[in-house]
Amino acid sequence: MPTSITNSTSRYGWAAIVLHWLIAAIFIGQFALGFVMVRLTSQRTAFELIQLHKSFGFLLLGLIILRIAWRLGNAVPTLPRSVGPFERRAAPLAHLALYAFQIALPLSGWALVSVSMLEIPSMPFNLFVMPNLPLGESDAAESFWAAAHWYLAYAGIALVTLHVAAALRHHFWLRDSVLRRMITPSSDRDME
Amino acid sequence: MYARIFGFAAVAACLAMPASAAVALSDAAGSYTISPASSSIHFSIGKVGGGGLDGTFSRFKGSIRIDNSDVGRSQVNFTIFPESVDTGQSRIDAFLRSDAVFDAANSPEIQFRSTSVNRTGDTTALVTGRLTARGKTFPEEFTAELDGLKAGTIKFHVTGKVLRSRYGMDVGTPIYSNIVDFDMTLTGKRG
Repeated sequence: MPTSITNSTSRYGWAAIVLHWLIAAIFIGQFALGFVMVRLTSQRTAFELIQLHKSFGFLLLGLIILRIAWRLGNAVPTLPRSVGPFERRAAPLAHLALYAFQIALPLSGWALVSVSMLEIPSMPFNLFVMPNLPLGESDAAESFWAAAHWYLAYAGIALVTLHVAAALRHHFWLRDSVLRRMITPSSDRDME
Repeated sequence: MYARIFGFAAVAACLAMPASAAVALSDAAGSYTISPASSSIHFSIGKVGGGGLDGTFSRFKGSIRIDNSDVGRSQVNFTIFPESVDTGQSRIDAFLRSDAVFDAANSPEIQFRSTSVNRTGDTTALVTGRLTARGKTFPEEFTAELDGLKAGTIKFHVTGKVLRSRYGMDVGTPIYSNIVDFDMTLTGKRG
């Protein structure tokens, strides 16, 4: 294929690769930002970082919707032959769980700001006003969504850690192309 | 706020009844202490997408002195204690008191000292003065309307807009407007 934007059955295309790393960077950045912003003594910095966290959260939600659409409309590269039967079953489940968290985390954050009694509008990157989800405001709902967002964040980052460990295992231990093919579209030498 | 007094004087002058003007003016002239119990300081900051952040200050003090011979030389001073901010939401109050906004611990007072009073209508006047908050002072204007004068009590409805960014309180812009709308009822008791 002259331009390798789209996926083939043997490798990922640039679109999938860029979306993967962009979302990975924002996802991990959001975890770090979320961790820091609730531990600051400066209320001003905390406020500003929370707004930034919301901005990136909405960006993440947009990107993940695009990514899922791309995934559904594209070929999925098959795993290298060297991958064993257990991993062949486990990997799609792990990836499904990763997608679920990528959707659930920004949505739970959106729900949290929507039900918050603080009624702080969402204005991603100061560009436009993002409406709230149609959920009732209350202290109870705010506590619920704050807890949900917190648990999802920690479970999500645990899953990301597992995903990274698996990728590193493929690269350094099994020495197959699983990590390489998510870096450039050309790494298809040990595909079928 | 002194306009009505001006008005009395003007009407009296037209009717060639200087005696009654003197009575009206001397009725209002004098020193008043702002009574917090019958006064209120309300503020509102608009936000994107509609609505706004509303609150009050429950603790403040001040004085109004209406000059007997020259209303333009009258004086209005008031001090707001930002620690007493109340929006009905304790987390927002704590945020406003913190160094994100008022820094009430280090700047416990917001002060206004009038520098001039100019009549703008029968019962209205423009009060210009210097507002000091968080160590920064800027000229501000408030519109005052006389709302009542009887038995040693004088009541004004005071409105004005203040740009909070100038006082180091720009946090939250542009989600929250830079313009703070003040709406105050100030009741002074003679003495």
